[in-house]
Amino acid sequence: MIALENVTKRYGGQTVVDDVSLTLGGEGVTALIGPNGAGKTTLFSLVGRLVRPDAGRVTIGGLDITTTPSAELAKSLAVLRQENHVAARLTVHDLVEFGRFPHSRGRLTVEDRAHIEQAIDYLDLDAYRHRFLDELSGGQRQRAFIAMVLAQDTRYVLLDEPLNNLDLRHMTEIMRLVRRMADDLGKRVVTVLHDINFAATWSDRIVAMRDGSVVADAPAREIMRPEVLRAVYDTDVDVREIDGKPVALYYG
Amino acid sequence: MTALDRPLTSTLPRARPGRAWVGVLAGVLLVVLAATSLFVGVSDVSPVSVLTGGPDGDAAFLLVASRIPRTVAIVLVGASLGIAGLIMQMLVRNKFVEPGTTGVSEFATLGMLVTMVFLPGLPVVGKMGVAAAFGLFGTWVFLRVVRFVPVRQLVLVPLVGIMLGGVVGAVTTFFAYRLDLLQSLGQWSQGSFATIMAGRYEFLWIAGLMVVVAWVAADRFSVIGLGEEFATNLGLDYRRVVAVGMVVVAVITAAVLVTAGMIPFLGLVVPNVVSLVIGDNVRRSISWVAGLGAVLVLACDLVARTVRMPYEIPLSVVVGVVGAALFLWLLLRRRSRAR
Repeated sequence: MIALENVTKRYGGQTVVDDVSLTLGGEGVTALIGPNGAGKTTLFSLVGRLVRPDAGRVTIGGLDITTTPSAELAKSLAVLRQENHVAARLTVHDLVEFGRFPHSRGRLTVEDRAHIEQAIDYLDLDAYRHRFLDELSGGQRQRAFIAMVLAQDTRYVLLDEPLNNLDLRHMTEIMRLVRRMADDLGKRVVTVLHDINFAATWSDRIVAMRDGSVVADAPAREIMRPEVLRAVYDTDVDVREIDGKPVALYYG
Repeated sequence: MTALDRPLTSTLPRARPGRAWVGVLAGVLLVVLAATSLFVGVSDVSPVSVLTGGPDGDAAFLLVASRIPRTVAIVLVGASLGIAGLIMQMLVRNKFVEPGTTGVSEFATLGMLVTMVFLPGLPVVGKMGVAAAFGLFGTWVFLRVVRFVPVRQLVLVPLVGIMLGGVVGAVTTFFAYRLDLLQSLGQWSQGSFATIMAGRYEFLWIAGLMVVVAWVAADRFSVIGLGEEFATNLGLDYRRVVAVGMVVVAVITAAVLVTAGMIPFLGLVVPNVVSLVIGDNVRRSISWVAGLGAVLVLACDLVARTVRMPYEIPLSVVVGVVGAALFLWLLLRRRSRAR
């Protein structure tokens, strides 16, 4: 499990993550929601050892991330950030291959190659494998990044806003994929989502943050209530039941 | 899931077709140019004269003392400058940087001036060490400054570097002028292989060593090129790899500076041309960068030696003209591609 114990992070005088204690990485998909500036991305950075907490500690599978070698952690935790601006001209195959780096350290074994092939197959990227990333559409590129994370073969997968800049079709496609990764491959997926309807439809558990604190943490259905969403977003959100599913209406 | 039912054996990834024969062609070109370089010059050195002793009987001596060192030096400089540019571009994640556009060369030159003023008796290897240390400092300064420039500001990054280099270069020129050392300085700021002979090029093997280091760490540099976040996620010690890269760049710059002098554009153009065709997976592109760098310098040096025979024009002039033209082409091409 990914455990945060009394974790605090400040930037300047501002507390971005405020004494958060939270356990992530249970079975299935966990969605992290909350308004802009709630501290979701910082929380991911803390878990992904990109920034150090000012107080508290983070453990992954019982290993303290400040004392465990980074290379070791990379075998159990993969983080995909929301800004994946890759300037380098790399092919899809190159990128997926780099996902094996924690295991191969650059020398690919037969097993590494098998994982690469599986990841490319799983994301249906075979036709594009020798294309450069800058020759792909947004949806294809996002799939390539997910294939890289998949090739890393970790128990925990953290995705920061994987739906960013995608159209409806590709958003659904990615969420379906995330679901399959959890159900078929047993990945423990934690993902930041902005669209709460996507979160409600595809995740098992929703953690809501606001002002650096966790304000709600419950199964998806319990979060989808007007009073809870109002507390999280500070905006009136109507929730209707359509075909037995709660749907949030927040279009004004 | 179907994908996972597959056994753990898999086919090797298919290579892009048509690359093998290009590789053979490049290799042949490299050999031909190197051989031509051995036998072109004012004195008559040809395969026949070497065997027969030639008119003065010293063709074999010339070959060993001057021509072979020169050709070896050219290959080492071409390969290592290309790789210095490649590594720098990976560290900064910007296609328009190389030691010459980031102030590194200027800092190394300042280091040379410092040795001339304060430690004139220092052996060349010591001078190179000081120049490398200054170059390393220059790389550090540049990386610090550039941290405040957004990664996506493609053109701003080298602009900042060129300005930094301009300031350092001006300081160097000022003191060199005051201390009457401008002429000695000119010797380094204009790259040429005219004075290369046995005993005066061997430091370039240190640059060659850096090429080997880059080769061994090729995958790490590829991952660094994806950015700090990707590198950390993949369990790589970002700072350590950047530090190794900085040393590689600084030492190559210094070694080339003390032996041949500054050669512009090479580190910029060669990796960019290779990137267009091969991409930026360093493991795959590094041999191409080294090879193309060597071919380009060999060709330019042949031109520098032959256009005004029996005189030579500085190699940096030829490389500058060819490199600038290639660079402009790359820039315009990029613009026409970017919507």
